[in-house]
Amino acid sequence: MPEPMNETTKDTMTAERMFGDVLLDVDGISISFGGVKALDGVSFNVREHEVLAIIGPNGAGKSSMLNCINGFYHPQEGTITFKGSPHHQMQTHEAASQGIARTFQNIALFKGMSTLDNIMTGRSLKMKKNFLWQALYFGPALKEELEHRAKAEEIIDFLEIEAIRKTPVGKLPYGLQKRVELGRALAAEPDLLLLDEPMAGMNHEEKEDMCRYILDVNDEFGTTIVLIEHDMSVVMDISDRVVVLDYGKKLADGTPDEVRANQDVIDAYLGVSHDENGNGDE
Amino acid sequence: MEFLNAVFVAPFLDIADSPVFFAEVVIGGLMSGVMYSLVALGFVLIFKASGVFNYAQGAMVLFAALTLVGLMEHGAPLWLGLLVTLGVMVALAYAIERFMLRKLVNQEGIILFMATIGLNFVLEGVGQIAFGSDVKRLDVGLPDKSFEWKGILLNTFDLSATFIGAVMVTSLALFFQYTPTGRALRAVADDHQAALSVGIPLKTIWVIVWSVAGAVALVAGIMWGAKAGVQFSLVLIALKALPVLILGGFTSVPGAIVGGLIIGVGEKVAEVYWGPVFGGAIESWFAYMLALAFLLFRPQGLFGEKIIERV
Repeated sequence: MPEPMNETTKDTMTAERMFGDVLLDVDGISISFGGVKALDGVSFNVREHEVLAIIGPNGAGKSSMLNCINGFYHPQEGTITFKGSPHHQMQTHEAASQGIARTFQNIALFKGMSTLDNIMTGRSLKMKKNFLWQALYFGPALKEELEHRAKAEEIIDFLEIEAIRKTPVGKLPYGLQKRVELGRALAAEPDLLLLDEPMAGMNHEEKEDMCRYILDVNDEFGTTIVLIEHDMSVVMDISDRVVVLDYGKKLADGTPDEVRANQDVIDAYLGVSHDENGNGDE
Repeated sequence: MEFLNAVFVAPFLDIADSPVFFAEVVIGGLMSGVMYSLVALGFVLIFKASGVFNYAQGAMVLFAALTLVGLMEHGAPLWLGLLVTLGVMVALAYAIERFMLRKLVNQEGIILFMATIGLNFVLEGVGQIAFGSDVKRLDVGLPDKSFEWKGILLNTFDLSATFIGAVMVTSLALFFQYTPTGRALRAVADDHQAALSVGIPLKTIWVIVWSVAGAVALVAGIMWGAKAGVQFSLVLIALKALPVLILGGFTSVPGAIVGGLIIGVGEKVAEVYWGPVFGGAIESWFAYMLALAFLLFRPQGLFGEKIIERV
């Protein structure tokens, strides 16, 4: 039986990791589209420095949840409290300026622009000089641009995408596009990073790379991460806590091992993959 | 045989015969080309920044020119008229964002296009209700004299128009390529959702773009108005901008300039040398034939972004 051993290793790991205060608190979020309840009174919270995974079958409301948090969707009920200030409905601009950055399930990059330009757009909100200054492109505006450029280069180094700096991202292979998208999100120096299936469609090696970047971001910058992922081995490896959604309702919330042991979750979703893992181990 | 001779041999012999006259024709073409570029530029700006093909650009040119002339008729000096007209164009940009675009976020391009057709009618109507539909003379004080330079006949008005156009086009091209706002504009054109997620304020960007397009329309309106009088037919200039756009590419500021110049020179040269073969008046359709050829062989235009699609 591998379970007990896993439990102890995981426990020691969790004990080593230090989490801060609650950064994001989602309380009783409900949203429906026509007659379909995409989310039905979902509540959970994320602590500073935590890696939280949201899992669930297709159509469980995972992406809708992220869309509510960063203001694309406006929930009909509930409150989203970020950094202590409650919002009934987030606005995208507000979310971005308070330090929420995200990536998308179907990559949403600026395809005609180079990798560098894409990452620079991530710094839009950090740019203070208004567009008349920029039109002159002189003095303070130029200095500011150079500072941001330096920051963008740091991110390019961090993600090891120096070679494609000038390439239009539409020409890049899928895996690299995902990496550039992560770069654009990081450029905003966010406190909360929302990743919507960062590893979808990747091969094993690319997934490992992506995991490493996510964990490094979490370690080095202390960024809190909420991610949606379907690959259970990845979820169990990198997350501190897992929230399970099913048909818009929260099914479970706990450490990966608690969730794995939860009978509701096994019935609804994990059951199959849990059995498969078990068979694989034997 | 005679026909082939008239098409493939005689025109070139004519050109070789009198290079000075040819140079005059080419320069005349370049001048009107700059004017086309100015109108095309308005289209490109809006298309780049919101993916909308703004059918109302021609109407904006007319509206700006009408407003300026109307103000000057009421005794406003030129500088005040320019300032107020610019203000009106910015206010128009706000109104367009507030009452038209905001309701249509994330809609298909074709729906936004239909909305601009509506805008076209509104602007034409309002402009004429407010300022009447007579042909009006616009005098902005640019010198209009002809002189000879190395045997070539030139016109000071055309030269100043070219100069103003060139300055405007260069600064806009630089602005789009190298400033953060320019980058934000391109980002919005590429993907609304992603632009929102990095905190680019869509509304502000749209107001900026439509204001700049309004300013460009004003300059184009002044130039055309001073040349041909401010009248309803200014709207039709917008049609000439279409082949320019197809040639240059819808997303390229330099493309709008080069496209305008090619069309300008092309139609003048074609009219003078090849016109007689076809019984004249090819100036009015030559541009569209050229555009058609481009659509067949290079649909993204000379400088347009190549359409990349992963499947």
